[in-house]
Amino acid sequence: MREAILTIRENKRIARGTFRMILEGSCDKVLPGQFVNIRIEGFFLRRPISVCDCGENTITLIYKRAGRGTEEMSRMKEGGRLSVLMPLGNGFDTEKSGPAPLIIGGGAGIPPLYGLCKALAGEKKNISVLLGFNKADEVFYEEEFKELGASVTVVTFDGSLGERGLVTELASRTDCSSFYACGPRGMLRALDSVMEKDIRGYMSLEERMGCGFGACMGCTCRTTEGPKRICREGPVFERSEIIWEQR
Amino acid sequence: MGTEVILCGERLDNPVMAASGTFGYGYEMARLYDINCLGTFSFKGTTLKPRYGNPLPRIAECPGGMINSIGMQNPGVEAVIEEELPKLAKCLHKKIMANIGGDSEEEYVLTAEKLDKCPQVGWLELNLSCPNVARGGMAMGTDERTAASVVAAVKERVKKPVIVKLSPNVTDITAIARACEGAGADGLTLINTLLGMRIDLKTRKPVTANKMGGFSGPAIFPVALRMIYQVYEAVDIPIVGAGGVSTASDVIEMLLAGATAVQVGASNLTDPWACRNIVRDLPEEMKKYGIDEIRDITGGAH
Repeated sequence: MREAILTIRENKRIARGTFRMILEGSCDKVLPGQFVNIRIEGFFLRRPISVCDCGENTITLIYKRAGRGTEEMSRMKEGGRLSVLMPLGNGFDTEKSGPAPLIIGGGAGIPPLYGLCKALAGEKKNISVLLGFNKADEVFYEEEFKELGASVTVVTFDGSLGERGLVTELASRTDCSSFYACGPRGMLRALDSVMEKDIRGYMSLEERMGCGFGACMGCTCRTTEGPKRICREGPVFERSEIIWEQR
Repeated sequence: MGTEVILCGERLDNPVMAASGTFGYGYEMARLYDINCLGTFSFKGTTLKPRYGNPLPRIAECPGGMINSIGMQNPGVEAVIEEELPKLAKCLHKKIMANIGGDSEEEYVLTAEKLDKCPQVGWLELNLSCPNVARGGMAMGTDERTAASVVAAVKERVKKPVIVKLSPNVTDITAIARACEGAGADGLTLINTLLGMRIDLKTRKPVTANKMGGFSGPAIFPVALRMIYQVYEAVDIPIVGAGGVSTASDVIEMLLAGATAVQVGASNLTDPWACRNIVRDLPEEMKKYGIDEIRDITGGAH
C-alpha cells in the first residue's frame, strides 16, 4: 500500500445516482476486486471505493451517491487532486473459476465485477453476467460487459428493463462452474442459499471501515476460519467461509 | 536539540507513540515504514482470552473525528505472546507498552502477570476506560474505589511500571487520577475516547451496531488537553497525553499542559504515516518555539 496523489480526469453521472470517476497519475497495479481509500476534504475518514478498471496510469471508479461523502465526491471537478491509499484488499481469485464462471452483481456492487470480467475474458472463459438493478434508469455498464464477450442479462426489480425480478432467481437457474458476486448483503446471503452447495463461490463484502488497511479492526467479520478483516483478508471471501450473522 | 524523554524510568528517543488500537501489534505498520523512529507504541488492547468484539458496523464518521465500537477484539494474551510479539521483535528493537483489557479485576491481574514477564514489554497500560465493553473497561475506570482496587491488585503482582488509561466520561477526572496514584499507579494515560453516537437518517437507527461508541479524532483534542492540565496539578506521576493529536505542534501543546509523552491515535487510521511524520516534524517545530530539550517543557503552561 502507498499513498498516491491522483488527478481527476473525469467525474460524470452515468446512471441515476451513479457516477464514474477516472483518476490519473502514478497508479500501482490494482487487481480485480481490490479497492482504494480516498481522502475527501471536510471528512475525517477516507472513503473506501472498489476499483472498476485500471489502465497504465489510470484507475476507474464507479460509485453510488449513498451518503454525504460520496455526495461530496460527486461534486468534484476535473483537474482536482486526491490522496488515495492503494491498492487495498485481496481481490478476486480467478484460478479455480473453471470454464464457465457466472458473475452476479447488484447495483453499487457491480463495479469491481467489471475488472474481474475483463480478467476472466483474458483467460478465455465462457462468462455469464447477471446485472441487477431496481429500475431502468439505474442501469449501467451493460454494453461494457458485452464488449468483453460475456453473455449479459440485465434484471430489474420492477421489470422496466430486461428481465423482471431478482438476480438470485436467474442465478440459481444458470449453469456455471463457479460464481462471483458483489452487491447488497441480502442478495449475497440469498445467493448462498439458492446456489448449489458444491459450486465454488466468491463474494465481495462491503462494510463501514475505519482505516481500510488493517489497523483498526473496524470491519472484522466472523468466518469459519476465525475473525477476518474485510479490508485486509477480504473484501473477497469464499462463500463456504462466510458466517451470515443477523444484522 | 534533544527529543528524549523518560517515562517511568525508561528512556524514549522521542515523546511520540502510537495509541493502542490504531497500530495493531506493530509488524504490519512496519511494512510501511521503519517503526523504530517512534518513541514506542501501545499495542492493541489484549485480554486473557481471545475476543471477537462487537457486531458490525463498528465505525461511524463524525465532524473532526470518528466513532468506533470495536469491543476489544484481540487474539488473547497467549497468542499475543507466542505469535504477535515474536513477529514484532523482527521489526522493532524498542520496548513497547502492553495495553491490557478485561472484564474483572482477576482478568486484569492474570493478563498483566503474563505480559510483565515479556522482555519486549516496557510498560503495562491498564485500559480502565474502554467504552465498548459491557463489563470492565470504562465501568471500572469511572469508579474511584474499583479503579484503585484493580491498580493495587495488579501492582502487587508485577514488576514493570503500571500506567492507567483513564476515561474522560466522568465528572471529575482528578478524583480517579488521585485514586489510581494512591493505589500505586506509576503513570496515567489521558484520555480514552468520549462516549458518542450517530444515527443513520435512512434507517433511523444508531449507525454502530453497539449503538454507542468511542469518539476520537482532532475534535477531542481540547478536551484531552484540559484534562491533562487538570490532572497534572492533581498528581505527581507522569502523564501520557492522548486524544486528537495529529501534528508536532499538538505534541508540544500537550507536553505544555503536563504530558511527558504523547500518543497518536485516530490520525494513524486516516494517514498511516502520521506518527512518522510527527516525529520527523518535531525538531523543526521545537526550533520554531525555542525549545532545546523537549523534556523540559512538560507542564510548562502551569
